[in-house]
Amino acid sequence: MSKSLVSISDFNKEEILKIMELAAHFEKNPGEQLLHGRVLATLFFEPSTRTRLSFESAINRLGGRVIGFSEAGNTSVSKGETLHDTIKMVSNYSDLIVMRHYIEGAARYASEVASVPVVNAGDGSNQHPSQTLLDLYSIKKTQGTLDNIHVVMVGDLKYGRTVHSLLQALSHFGARFTFVSPDELKLPDEYKLFLRLHGMEFTETDDMGEAIKDADILYMTRVQRERFSDLMEYERVKSAYVLKNSMLADTKENLKILHPLPRITEIATDVDENPKAYYFEQARNGVFTRQAIISYLLGVK
Amino acid sequence: MTDNKTVLEVSALENGTVIDHIPADRLFTIINILSLDKIKNRITFGTNLESKRIKTKAIIKVADMEVDRNYLSRIAIFAPEARLSYIKNFEVVEKIKLVVPDTIEGGVKCANPMCVTNHEPVTPKFDVIDKTDITLRCKYCEKITTQKQFEIIK
Repeated sequence: MSKSLVSISDFNKEEILKIMELAAHFEKNPGEQLLHGRVLATLFFEPSTRTRLSFESAINRLGGRVIGFSEAGNTSVSKGETLHDTIKMVSNYSDLIVMRHYIEGAARYASEVASVPVVNAGDGSNQHPSQTLLDLYSIKKTQGTLDNIHVVMVGDLKYGRTVHSLLQALSHFGARFTFVSPDELKLPDEYKLFLRLHGMEFTETDDMGEAIKDADILYMTRVQRERFSDLMEYERVKSAYVLKNSMLADTKENLKILHPLPRITEIATDVDENPKAYYFEQARNGVFTRQAIISYLLGVK
Repeated sequence: MTDNKTVLEVSALENGTVIDHIPADRLFTIINILSLDKIKNRITFGTNLESKRIKTKAIIKVADMEVDRNYLSRIAIFAPEARLSYIKNFEVVEKIKLVVPDTIEGGVKCANPMCVTNHEPVTPKFDVIDKTDITLRCKYCEKITTQKQFEIIK
C-alpha cells in the first residue's frame, strides 16, 4: 500500500520537518516541473473552492495534469455508486487522489481501497492535514522555529478541526497554549488529556486582550452559527471574541495572526493592514505546502 | 452454604459452556452476541445475582456447545470481568479469563452517524483506548464510542 496522508498523525516528526523543508524549497522554486506527464485526481464530493484551487494550483505548478470533479452532483456517485467503486476506478486513471468528503473516515477508507496515495482534503469534521501542515509552515516561517512557541487559540475550540489537528502536530515540538473561548465552545476534555499526556502546558481564559500580550502566534477561528441553538447567544459570543487592531498595541514584536479562513467578523478589517496580520500569506503558503506533500508522497523529491 | 433456601440452584452441566460474572444489565446483550436465542440447546441463565467482583451479575449455562473463541473479545468489551468455563463430563476442562483486546474489528457499531462505516459496506475497526471504562476510537472517523453507546452488529 502506498503512503497516504489522511490524518496529521500519519506523519511523524521527521516527516513533518521534511515537508517544512520542501515547502521552503518550493517557495523559492515554485515552477519545478517534477510531475511532468503525471495525472492527479481531485475528487470533491463536497465543494470547497479554496482548498480545491490551492491543490490544483500546486499540481499545475509542479507540471502535473488534473482530472476530477468539484461536486458530486453530476457524477456516478449521484447514480448510487459506492465510494469503494469510485476510488477503485479513479485509482486506475491517476497517480494520486486528493479528496474531500462530507462523510467522516471516507479518506481513510479510500486509502485502504486505492492503489495510489490518497491526500485527505477534509473529511467532515474530522481531519484536514494539509491545512495543519500549512499552519505549521506559516509558524516556522514567521517564528524561525516550531519549538516552544506560545500559541493563543481563540473561538470555536470545541468543533474546530484545525485547532485539534494543530495541537496534535505541535505536540512534537513542545508548544505552550492559551485557549480563549466561550463556555459552550471550550476545548473538549479528550484534547486536554492529550496535552497533559504529552506534558504540554496550557491555560484557559475568557480574557482575550490579556492572553494575546504574551503570544507568538494568535490562531483565530470562526464561530459558526449552526453550533448555537440560541441565536441571541450566538450574537453575544460572536461579538465577544473579535480581534480589533487597537488590541494589538501591547503585543510582542514577533506576533503573527493566523486564521484558516474564511473569516466572517472575528477579525476586524482594520487588522488587515497591520504587519502582524498573516492570514492571507498563510493561504499562499498553502500552495507550497501542498506541492511539498504531493511530491513527498509520490517520491519525486 | 448451609441455608439452601438462599442459594440459587442451577443444575450441573454435563457438557457445555458456563459464562459467569456477566454484569446483570449485559445479560441480554451477551445472549444476542452469541445468538443464543436462535439455538435449540438447553440454556439456563440467572440474573441479578450477588457478586463479590461486580455489582450484580448474570450467569449463562449452555449445554452441549463450546462457545466459539472468536467471540471472546466481543464478549470482553461488554463484560470485561466475565469468566468462561468449558465443561466436559461435569468437569471444568478449561477456564478462561476474558481479555479486553487492543483493537476490535466488527461487532460494534461506530456511534458517529457521519462515520463512513455507517454509510459504506465497511467493517468498523476500533482502537480500545480505555480498557476499564471501555472506550473505543474509530480507526476511520477517529471519533469516540463509549460503552453506553455500544450497539452490536453481527
